[in-house]
Parts: sequence; C-alpha cells; structure tokens
Amino acid sequence: MPTFDLATTTLRSLNQALHDVAADSTDHFEVKNPRGSHALAAGVAAPVSVEIHGSTGYYCAGMNDGGTITVHGSAGPGVAENMMSGTVVIEGDASQYAGATGRGGLLVIKGNASSRCGISMKGIDIVVGGNIGHMSAFMAQSGNLVVLGDAGDSLGDSLYEARLFVRGSVKSLGADCIEKEMRPEHLALLETLLAKAGITGVAAAEFKRYGSARKLYNFNIDNAAAY
Amino acid sequence: MSYSNPTTTPRKSATFDDYTLSEIRRAAATGIYDIRGGGTKRKVPHFDDLLFLGASISRYPLEGYRERCNTSVTLGTRFARKPIELKIPITIAGMSFGALSGPAKEALGRGASIAGTSTTTGDGGMTEEERGHSELLVYQVLPSRYGMNPRDLRRADAIEVVIGQGAKPGGGGMLLGQKISDRVAEMRTLPKGIDQRSACRHPDWTGPDDLEIKIGELREITDWEKPIYVKVGGARPYYDTALAVKAGADVVVLDGMQGGTAATQEVFIEHVGMPTLACIRPAVQALQDLGMHRKVQLIISGGIRNGADVAKALALGADAVSIGTAAMVAIGDNDPRWEADYNALGTTAGAYDDWHEGKDPAGITTQDPALSARVDPVAAGRRLANYLKVMTLEAQTIARACGKNDLHNLEPEDLCALTIEASAMAGVPLAGTSWIPGKTGF
Repeated sequence: MPTFDLATTTLRSLNQALHDVAADSTDHFEVKNPRGSHALAAGVAAPVSVEIHGSTGYYCAGMNDGGTITVHGSAGPGVAENMMSGTVVIEGDASQYAGATGRGGLLVIKGNASSRCGISMKGIDIVVGGNIGHMSAFMAQSGNLVVLGDAGDSLGDSLYEARLFVRGSVKSLGADCIEKEMRPEHLALLETLLAKAGITGVAAAEFKRYGSARKLYNFNIDNAAAY
Repeated sequence: MSYSNPTTTPRKSATFDDYTLSEIRRAAATGIYDIRGGGTKRKVPHFDDLLFLGASISRYPLEGYRERCNTSVTLGTRFARKPIELKIPITIAGMSFGALSGPAKEALGRGASIAGTSTTTGDGGMTEEERGHSELLVYQVLPSRYGMNPRDLRRADAIEVVIGQGAKPGGGGMLLGQKISDRVAEMRTLPKGIDQRSACRHPDWTGPDDLEIKIGELREITDWEKPIYVKVGGARPYYDTALAVKAGADVVVLDGMQGGTAATQEVFIEHVGMPTLACIRPAVQALQDLGMHRKVQLIISGGIRNGADVAKALALGADAVSIGTAAMVAIGDNDPRWEADYNALGTTAGAYDDWHEGKDPAGITTQDPALSARVDPVAAGRRLANYLKVMTLEAQTIARACGKNDLHNLEPEDLCALTIEASAMAGVPLAGTSWIPGKTGF
C-alpha cells in the first residue's frame, strides 16, 4: 500500500506513480497532508484506489479514467473535471465547476457544491448531498445531476440532454430549462443513482426532474430575448 | 423650346454601398445575423505594406543555391520534456473535424507530414484520420471540450489551450445543424441536427492565475512531456502574451483578425480584433521585456499567404507562423473548377464563405459524403506539401538576399514600411525615412 506524504514528497512523484501502474492495477494509494495541492491524482488511468486525507486544491482527480478516488476533506475548483470513468467521492464540500465536462463515472459530493456544478457535463453522474450554487449544469449535454438539497439561480441554463433531479428548492431556472414529468423510468434511474452513491433513507419520489425545453436547439429570432 | 436641367450621373453612396444595402435587405428578410466562414474581408494594413531592404554595400547576401539557410524550429523548449522539432516554421492551424470533412483533415495531416510540420485538431476532438496521418499533431483544449479525453491528450505531440482566435476574440465556436451529422454529434455528445454554439469561456477556470493552475494540471496528466501552447486572438497582444508566459506557456499562438473561422457572425469577424500586423511587435515586446523571447516561442497566424509573409512575420520576431485559410485553398477550397456549383449557390469561386451550410462544392467544409468524396486526401495532401515547400523556399530566398543563414536571423532592421499605418504597427521606418510614427524622428 504505497503512502505518499505530501509534506515530504512531491506531487509529481505521486502522480507519476499513479500513472506508472499497470493498466489493470487495483493498487491502493494513501495520500497524507495534501495541503490543498492542485492536480492531485489527476490523470489516473487504471482501476486503482486513492484515499486522500485532507483537502485538495484545483482539479483533484482531473480526467480520472477508472480510479476510485476519495477525498477525506473538501475539494477545490474543478474536482473530477472531464472524468471519463471511475468514482470520485468528496466527504466534505466542493468548490466551483465540480465535475465540469465529465464524460462518465460517478462523482459524489457529500457536502455542498458551489457554482457551476456539472457545467458542460457530457455523461457523468453527479450526486450532491447538500446544495449546489448558481449556474449549475450550464450547457449540460448528457448525464445526470442529483441534488439532495437546494439549487441556486439559473439551474440548467442552455442545457442539452442532461437530466437534473433536485429534492429541495430551485431558486430559478436558466434559459430553456423546465420542470419535467417524473416518469417511472426516471424514478428507477434515480433510485439506481442514489444507491450507487450510497445514499439511504431518501425516496426518489421526493425529487423533481428538470430538463431541456429544446426551444433553443435551432435558432429562431423570436427567441432572441431568451439569451 | 423648353429648358431642362442636365441630369447627373446616378451616384451610389460610399457609406450605403451595394454590399451594405444587400445586408440590410437580407437582415430584414431573415431576422438573423449573417453567419459565414473565413476571416476579415476588409482591407487592413498587412504584410504587403512592408518591404525587405535586401543586401547592399553594408550587408552581403548569401548564394541562393549554395549557402544553407536554416528553416527548422523547435517548439516547447521551456518546460516540455519532449519539445517538437519542425523542419519548416509554418504549421497548420486548428480546424475541427465537423467544420472540415474527414478527407480534408486527412489531407492536412498528409501534407504537413510530408513537409515536416505539425497540424492541429479543432473544436471537435481528435479523429483517427488526422492522428493517423499527422506525424506531429497538436491537440486543442477548447472551452467546449468537445471530444476531450486524456487518452487523446497523451497521444498528442503538443497541447494548445485555446483562449481565442483572431476571427472572433471573445466568441465561441458555431456549427449549425446542417453539419451535425451522426458522427459529429457523437463526437461532441450533442443531439443531431441542432445549431451548436460552443462556450466562449473555459468551464473550469477564469483568469490568468487559474490558467496557470490549469496548465499545471495538463502537465501533470501528461507527465510534463508535451509542449503546451496558449492560443489567443489579436486583442491585447502585449498583455495576453505576458500573461500566457506568466501562466507557464511553452508557446504563444497569436491569431490576427485575418485568421479564419468555420462559422461566426459577419459583424464579429469584421469588427472585433486587430490585424495580424498590429499584433506581432507588442507580443514580441512582451517576450523581450520578460527575457523570454526565443525561450517561449511565438507563432503568428492570420492572413499568411506566401513566403514573403512568413519572412516578414519572422523578421518582426515570430518563431513560426500558422496557416489555415491558405492550407484550405491549397487542398482545393474555392477552386474555380467548381465554378458552376458555386454559381448554383449564388456565389463564385473565391468568394464562397457559407461554410456553415455544409454545401461546399470543394468537399472541404462539409459533412456531406458525396461532396467530401471530391477531396482525394493523397493528392490534396501532396498539393499542401508542395505549397508549404514553395513558401519555405520563398522565405529562404528573401533571407539569403538579406544575408541571413537562418530564417530566424531576419530582423526588423531588414524591413521598411510603405504606409504610415504599417510603419506604426510594425515598428519599422517608413520607406525612405528614419521615421517610425510614435517612436522616432520627425
């Protein structure tokens, strides 16, 4: 079980070690004293597990492709940005752009997420235990965003085909984002996502679903005021 | 016999000229701004407004066919563990699969590889056509992040973080529904047939301090192997260059307003951004002020057409240039052989710019399989290679005439300007004087 103490070891040596494992490696890594380092465990491309004991800076688990990365603390901006596959769990809160442009995998934020959570998401699943900030799921293309708490202003502005599930209140919806009917398949999907995120005691029926009205997909001058 | 006043010749307004009138009528009829491809079509001060002085009593020339004149350049020497070596200082600019057809992208890769230079992806991810046929491929990281993935990042030869481009500094990409084919839609994770408007800001950083951290992440993911370029449009070249250097760029790519786009509003193309000529000296000055000239390489693009343009850009301090529009022409864009087809679209060869409509008779800016098949990637690649070699020979011809055994030894002192505007922008004296407006003399 390799352990990297970033009080005495460089970030580079940690990331290089994570990149040097075999493609099918399931090695377990421990990281101590992350001290807010940026790009911690970025570019993991194997099914390794990484436990980070403390809070991280920007882009922790950036572009993760298969790893299971847990932050026992809070995460700075852009956690799990452009994730391809794997699982990232933040025990605390996450800053801006959590899961930005993610293609796949699961991002679980047990606390709150700041603004632009799931911006431009492209297939990732994001489950947030607390609240999310303004402009979340902006231009979200695909994937699922599940929020157990409340959403800030302009949720889902200009979104495409991503599905948004919010249990609490939504301060306001962004351009072309509307509340949609929660059909049985959506309840089933939501239950699966909650189970994957390890969340119990919360019923799928407590959520509302939001998605694209698809009115801005093709340009129409009479919609110009919506922009 | 009654008197009648003589009539004057019908006179059209210089302000409301025929083009302007047609645009007002078009806007009134359609209710949408004009969208087109390419760069600015207006006349702006450019490399044609500069001349080389050549050799004289105080400067002796090199023999044209006997004395070597180096053209190679290494990019990414600042931080990258694997800098890239180009045989010629002319690269192929980023153009997306989606904007361009698969065969066109393949042709660009083939041509660049024969000539010993790099080509670049675009706002749509990396295709097998271009990776397979490009010996050196630069992978763009754009605000949209369409097709972005760490596997392609690692199999690129360099990475280019795109902040802006000359045709539209401050604007995002645009790909209208006609070109969102099944394959393009899948690569971009978008519904087929929608009017795609890319983000203009990166989703996970804002400002130069964040950019530094973002570049750090890209370096960590690629184990510090790849040169990282930062591309900006011609807006505030001194500060943008300085900030790119501060953020840790290996290479700064600076694109003036003659640089093309696949599709953008006409009003954006023609009214935002500065001419290429006006961008170079401020960028070079920023590098010099930071002690980074030649350590961080500068690539200039936007309206490069021939070896003289290459030589002039290098003389003003660039390390290399990049071409997009000219490369498209070399592989067949706007070729008069398709004149009848252009006429059917209401235009003529040389003026066709409705690239967003996906009906390109030359098969380059389209996703239509029948039209795309008009591009033979092997033959078109050969044409591009020929063109790149001609440009290089032309630049060498000029350099030797100026007594230089390396294109990078050309310098502002080798130049004069034909107009006051060009003199001021390029920082070289007006021909026949020692005057640089705003700087020296009378």
